[in-house]
Amino acid sequence: MSAVTDPSIPTAEIPISEARSFEGYVSAMPVEPQAPPIPSTGLVGWLRAHLFSSVGNTILTIIFGAFALYVIWGFVSFALFDATWSGSDREACLAHSGREAGACWPMIKERLAYFAYGSYPIPQRWRVDIVFLLGAIGLVWVLWIDAPRRDLGAFYFFVIVPIASYCLLYGVPLLGLPIVDTDLWGGFLVTLVISSAGIVAALPLGILLALGRRSKLPVISIASTIFIEVARGVPLITVLFVAKVMLGYFLPERFDPALMVKALIAVALFSAAYMAEVVRGGLQAIPKGQQEGASSLGLGYWQSMRLVILPQALRITIPGIVNTFIGGFKDTSLILIIGMFDFLKTVEVAVEDPKWSTPVSGPTGYLFAAIIYWICCFGMSRYSRAVEMRLSVAHKR
Amino acid sequence: MKHFFVFVSACLAMAFGTSVADAQTLNQVKQRGQLICGTNTGLAGFALPDAQGNWAGLDIDYCRAIAAAIFGDATKVKYVPLDATSRFESLKSGAVDVLVRNTTWTLSRDSSQGLDFEATNYYDGQGFMVRKKMNINSALELNGASVCVQQGTTTELNLADYFRSNKMKYEVVAFKSDEETVKAYDSGRCDAFTTDASGLAAERVKLSTPDDHVILPEIISKEPLASSVRKGDSQWGTLVRWVHFAMVDAEEAGVTSKNVDEMMKSPSPEVKRMLGVEGKFGDGLGVPNDWVVNIIKQVGNYGEVFDRNVGASSPLKLPRGLNNLWSKGGLQYAPPIR
Repeated sequence: MSAVTDPSIPTAEIPISEARSFEGYVSAMPVEPQAPPIPSTGLVGWLRAHLFSSVGNTILTIIFGAFALYVIWGFVSFALFDATWSGSDREACLAHSGREAGACWPMIKERLAYFAYGSYPIPQRWRVDIVFLLGAIGLVWVLWIDAPRRDLGAFYFFVIVPIASYCLLYGVPLLGLPIVDTDLWGGFLVTLVISSAGIVAALPLGILLALGRRSKLPVISIASTIFIEVARGVPLITVLFVAKVMLGYFLPERFDPALMVKALIAVALFSAAYMAEVVRGGLQAIPKGQQEGASSLGLGYWQSMRLVILPQALRITIPGIVNTFIGGFKDTSLILIIGMFDFLKTVEVAVEDPKWSTPVSGPTGYLFAAIIYWICCFGMSRYSRAVEMRLSVAHKR
Repeated sequence: MKHFFVFVSACLAMAFGTSVADAQTLNQVKQRGQLICGTNTGLAGFALPDAQGNWAGLDIDYCRAIAAAIFGDATKVKYVPLDATSRFESLKSGAVDVLVRNTTWTLSRDSSQGLDFEATNYYDGQGFMVRKKMNINSALELNGASVCVQQGTTTELNLADYFRSNKMKYEVVAFKSDEETVKAYDSGRCDAFTTDASGLAAERVKLSTPDDHVILPEIISKEPLASSVRKGDSQWGTLVRWVHFAMVDAEEAGVTSKNVDEMMKSPSPEVKRMLGVEGKFGDGLGVPNDWVVNIIKQVGNYGEVFDRNVGASSPLKLPRGLNNLWSKGGLQYAPPIR
């Protein structure tokens, strides 16, 4: 028996009028094509959801968008479109034939070497280049987490590079490297030397001070606390000023260390005090059970610190540590107070130079300085983010 | 132990009032083989590193001249840039041997800061700059003008004094920083701009069209910028003073860095004494007898130094004005070398 032949089942030959009575159940008619729904993903969807979701938001978007465009446009046209790219003196950078005067880049170009080396004697500048190169190699070796033999890298970076830098920059007459007085150092070289001394010395000293402050031995604890509070309670400018001017009163001339040394010591001790508090914050966050667990395994104080407590404490304080580094890097511009020409001051010197002084020389100089500082600080910040991500793998939820 | 002993003796020296100031600075400088000169941290025309990192300027050349007089080598100088607040402390503590840092010689500084002023190497004073199209030739025509000035400076007080004593009306447009003040003047917020005359010249080149502006001849305050040394070392002070005098005398006698060798054969007794051909004038100062020859050859006479750093051959183009020789209507007058 075939269903097709069964007369009781209605077939397609039912008249149209009767078919209408089935409308509620099955549509025999093809649906008219409709416009696709408004997308909620992709660029358009994102824009709708985040920028134009209501009338108020749309107005705000338009106002702030226009403002941002205006600012960005002004910035880009100053830095690029209206900028002067070549020339030999201020004449080139003045507004010509109705054109707005933009950034005066030839001024920066002429002084680039000065920004990098300051007054370091020109025939000896290759020594600085080598130090920059050695430092860069060390930096990559230490910072690149998958690099081979990072233990060697650390030794190279923290022992060999500082010694080599000292010999190269200051000079060893025995090796045929004439002495270059630190007063002649300047520019990015000084910024780099001071800030790396601050960074390299701050972490170990800061850890020791933080442990010292939490120590149960009163002498150590009180001494650390006094040092930290005094260093944090006095402005760096004051300390630098005292180091420069007051030491002359009670030290005979030949024991008076060079300005550079004073600046290095002052900056290193300062960053150490700040670092100590950052590290202490991390130590406080480690539950007491960790210490007790380490003790129950038979670990002594230093072992438990090194193997259990500090690895955890330092990991959670990475943002704070990098924050201190970045602050220290920018604080190096304060050493101008004691008459050392750091990177920012060399830029200011260029701005002062009557050979190039125009209405735009100031903005150009500070824009250049801002870009360089930003690149350095943003680099540190990104690197610390990457390290954080990597170390927090175990904690990912 | 030795360090401790030296430290104690230094403390004792301080306690009994024989501080570093009384030491023979000249001997220290000679022993060290280098002059330590306190300078500005960067002032166009007076002390500013050039693109190669070498210091240049009017004050710098004074330091170089002192070194040339002592060592016969103008390069034996270490420059210590000092800001306005630390300059006197640095000099008194012995961190620098001499301060040549566009410092105004005033009574209070001379009497109570523990330093002696020696020689004025630049006579400065407050002046006015206006637009050429205003057609003003004198500051006395500024009645009713608006004046841009930096806030909270002696400049602002001098301005008030000047207008009040000349019974003129004016409107102050004051700004916090130098930069803002110049910018306001440039954009036409005020008719005139006032600061020290040397500063006016330096600021003028920052304007978009420097040639449209003119510096008025009136100088309404006295700012003699002078070198200074620690109080109580008269031998050193005399040398510092006479280095400047020698440069002025050389200009007066027509001795320049180019003709100094021919001038050695000059029949003029004045030139012979100056260049050490006759007499032993260097001995009195404790320097070699050819000290003036070394200064002039390596640095130049006062006129050359002025011209090169702030005068016609420099971007600042300051007129000689008060700094001309006394014989040409200026104030630069030096006692004779004899």
